[in-house]
Amino acid sequence: MRPLLLAPMLATVLIASPALAATIEVTIDKLVFSPASVQAKIGDTIEWTNQDILAHTATVKGGWDVMIPAKSKGKVTLKAAGTVDYFCRFHPNMKGRVEVTP
Amino acid sequence: MLMRPTATLAALFFVSTSPLALAAEKPTDPQIAHIAYTAGTIDIEAAKLAIKKSKNKEVVDFAKDMERDHEAVNKQALDLVKKLKVTPEDNDTSKALAKAAKEERAKLAKLKGAAFDKAYIDNEVAYHKQVDGALETLLIPSASNAELKSLLETGLKIFQGHEQHAEHVAGMLK
Ligand SMILES: [Cu+2]
Repeated sequence: MRPLLLAPMLATVLIASPALAATIEVTIDKLVFSPASVQAKIGDTIEWTNQDILAHTATVKGGWDVMIPAKSKGKVTLKAAGTVDYFCRFHPNMKGRVEVTP
Repeated sequence: MLMRPTATLAALFFVSTSPLALAAEKPTDPQIAHIAYTAGTIDIEAAKLAIKKSKNKEVVDFAKDMERDHEAVNKQALDLVKKLKVTPEDNDTSKALAKAAKEERAKLAKLKGAAFDKAYIDNEVAYHKQVDGALETLLIPSASNAELKSLLETGLKIFQGHEQHAEHVAGMLK
């Protein structure tokens, strides 16, 4: 009887575990975010790796604002569902998108 | 009816005095390197003036962004010409650019407060637009070395970004 009860319990623990949260990598090279559009779930982290010699930001109007220094990284953990468009405050022609699902 | 000839004249005047329009012949790589470096230096000097003179946080922050970006790009340009063993060569376009910039700085130096901020940012929009045009139509197509061309293409994206950034700051000053 015991093992039968344990199985669903274990499954519940695994689903709720924060270890399932993913880190999604976005690269910045020559003022381009790639991939330009990514899909993520609430709790996931987006990490930008900046290969340029210039500082950039990943900024959402009325939302997050991540500094990404030259030859460095920046990250944000997603807290809300929805599609957000982001841009770089220093070079507003740099654009990206994150689709966040629950 | 009175407005029209005036506007046309003004447009002609602007075009004919635009320093980058003076380059009639295709510039060589050493000349292109010199023009690109000069264009960056001009923006750094304007930024330094704004950092010193402006009391507006948005304007000072913008100027610091310009100084940081253009110093980084010019350093990269110097590293590249060293690697390629190209000696940047002064030329009429560089000279005309430097002369126009000197006049603009003298004009800006006489202004203060909101009048300075507006004149500086308006000039940044116009200046970046002018350099974008020169990169697209003259410098990039004329560059023969692939690495130089690639640096100019990245430079174009940076200048286009700065132009949009300047337009955003100009919108906030209104
Ligand atoms: Cu940027």
